Amino acid sequence: MGIPWDIIIIQTVNGIVTGMILALVASGLTLIFGIMDVVNFAHGELFMLGAYMGVVTLATTGNFWLALVAATLVIAALGAALQVVTLRPLLGRDPLYTILATFGISLVLQNYALWQFGPVARKIQEPFSGQFTLFYLQYPWYRLLIAGLSAAMIGGLYLFLKYGRYGVWIRATTQDRVMAQAMGIPVPWVHTGVFALGAGMAAASGVLFGPLVGVNHAMGLDWVLKAFIVVVVGGMGNLGGSIAASIFLSLLEAYASIWVSPSQAIIVSSVVLILTLLFRPTGLFVPTPK
Amino acid sequence: MTLSRHAGTYWTGFAVIIVLLILAPLVLPEFWRRFLTEILIWGLLAMSSDILIGYTGMVSFGHSAFFGLGMYGAAAALLLVKPPNLWLAIVYGLAGSAAVALFVAYFSTRLRDIYFAITTLIFSQIFYVIIFTWTEVTGGENGLAFSRPGFGIPGLWTTPFTSTTLHWFVLAVVAAAYLLLRRLTQSPFGMVLQSIRENEARTRAIGYPVERYKMMAVMVSGLFAGLAGVLYALQNRFAAPDFVYFVVSGEVVIFNVMGGIGTLVGPIVGAGFFLGLREGLSRLFPYLATTFNLPHLAEFPYLVPVGIIFIAMVIFMPQGLLGFAKRWLNR
Repeated sequence: MGIPWDIIIIQTVNGIVTGMILALVASGLTLIFGIMDVVNFAHGELFMLGAYMGVVTLATTGNFWLALVAATLVIAALGAALQVVTLRPLLGRDPLYTILATFGISLVLQNYALWQFGPVARKIQEPFSGQFTLFYLQYPWYRLLIAGLSAAMIGGLYLFLKYGRYGVWIRATTQDRVMAQAMGIPVPWVHTGVFALGAGMAAASGVLFGPLVGVNHAMGLDWVLKAFIVVVVGGMGNLGGSIAASIFLSLLEAYASIWVSPSQAIIVSSVVLILTLLFRPTGLFVPTPK
Repeated sequence: MTLSRHAGTYWTGFAVIIVLLILAPLVLPEFWRRFLTEILIWGLLAMSSDILIGYTGMVSFGHSAFFGLGMYGAAAALLLVKPPNLWLAIVYGLAGSAAVALFVAYFSTRLRDIYFAITTLIFSQIFYVIIFTWTEVTGGENGLAFSRPGFGIPGLWTTPFTSTTLHWFVLAVVAAAYLLLRRLTQSPFGMVLQSIRENEARTRAIGYPVERYKMMAVMVSGLFAGLAGVLYALQNRFAAPDFVYFVVSGEVVIFNVMGGIGTLVGPIVGAGFFLGLREGLSRLFPYLATTFNLPHLAEFPYLVPVGIIFIAMVIFMPQGLLGFAKRWLNR
């Protein structure tokens, strides 16, 4: 039995597609962590609620792209509201308390979604159903489009952080909160804005990923766990590292699921995590600290 | 003088609570008797996690792994060894949780703060996936069911548990565990843990091997969590992957915060408060639904209001119920 090149190439494409979505989720998470030391346990729930918002808007308007935009905006607003109500009072306290608060938020949102939408998984219809032939598979174009869109959003985020007026505010606040405040940057609102941005990105990835799997109340959990692994492996608060780690880990999981069941493939990421912790606890994709 | 009077009040209070808990199953109906036993078991689990959260300053989001392995260890002893033996179940359960605790302690104590929390969470999910998918050994999704062993000295005399005697047994184990952990936190070892919480760099500078102390703390915590798992398995006569799921770890952290971290008793109070809220709210919503004719409301999940109460407590009452009561009494 030779090396199954066709399967490997198919899994490479799959891995890159999931990797791009994961990168979109993880970059929101790492951005929030980088700027306010908040580990957002509710990130997966924002992803899940985004997908549900997509389901609801799609059912009323019938337009996928409108649903994508609407879900992103609504969840970004929800994120801003949650940040103002629960996280702003905790500013300056031990980061532990922010973990606890976001954990509470995730409990509330997840159980609310279960009650509101029921336990049966919903489906988002793909915006178009074109396919191309990849060896013996009919591979949907939509999947490639997701990867492209995610890459575009991450690229947009990068450009915004680098050149945008508010992007500079965000970077300044990440570097030195007190100094940024002294220079006249409204730091509390930068925090709110970043949380909203992260929430919107999570919601957008939820809608984009919706057509590939069913939408249900527990879907966020898988993603938040993977995103946590990604941000630790990539180096916390490091955007480029998170993206590299997302693709690296998704490719590994895709290859692993050739031989083991997909639910066990997460163990592969965990092994990478353990090795990272052992040999390079600052993260695999960050320059060696001098 | 004041110190001894303080100790006197403490031991009187302790004795009163123990006597009340001994008498409780004699007057309570069956359901509430089991409920009280369950609070004690979850309280023990939360107390074990307090060693890390409250005394060492490390938040573990992976206590379900220790708890679950205690359960499955007990299940292994009860299913494999004939005749089933209570003490062997405890030994197997502790061995199972100790093995997991060693693994988790070795890797995750290299990290601090949030990184520690995330890695413990991910480790517990690994064990969940292994238990969930390894159907031949663990029974997979369905878990393992077994019968409850009797109490006694193997070979000489055994007597089956009733819900009352099981309550007393659980109470004895939890009380002993509490006294042991209390002694531990007041020992030089416990003092070093607290100094790690207060200032890790200084503790290291004084010359304590901080990593070794942290690993010991995780091991101790994991062992007591495993003990809680064994007790839970004994009470419910099954082991299921749901209890290894990270939601259980999250609840343990909630018990701690609600009751008051760094107090050992607080987590038990928190467990009681949480479980009481659960019982109350899951009766309240069906009642409201029928009263106001809103059928959809009947299945409203109790975790939504509990989650909101939890967030409010994190923001306004971070010292927990017990800490709040203490401050109020001392005023």
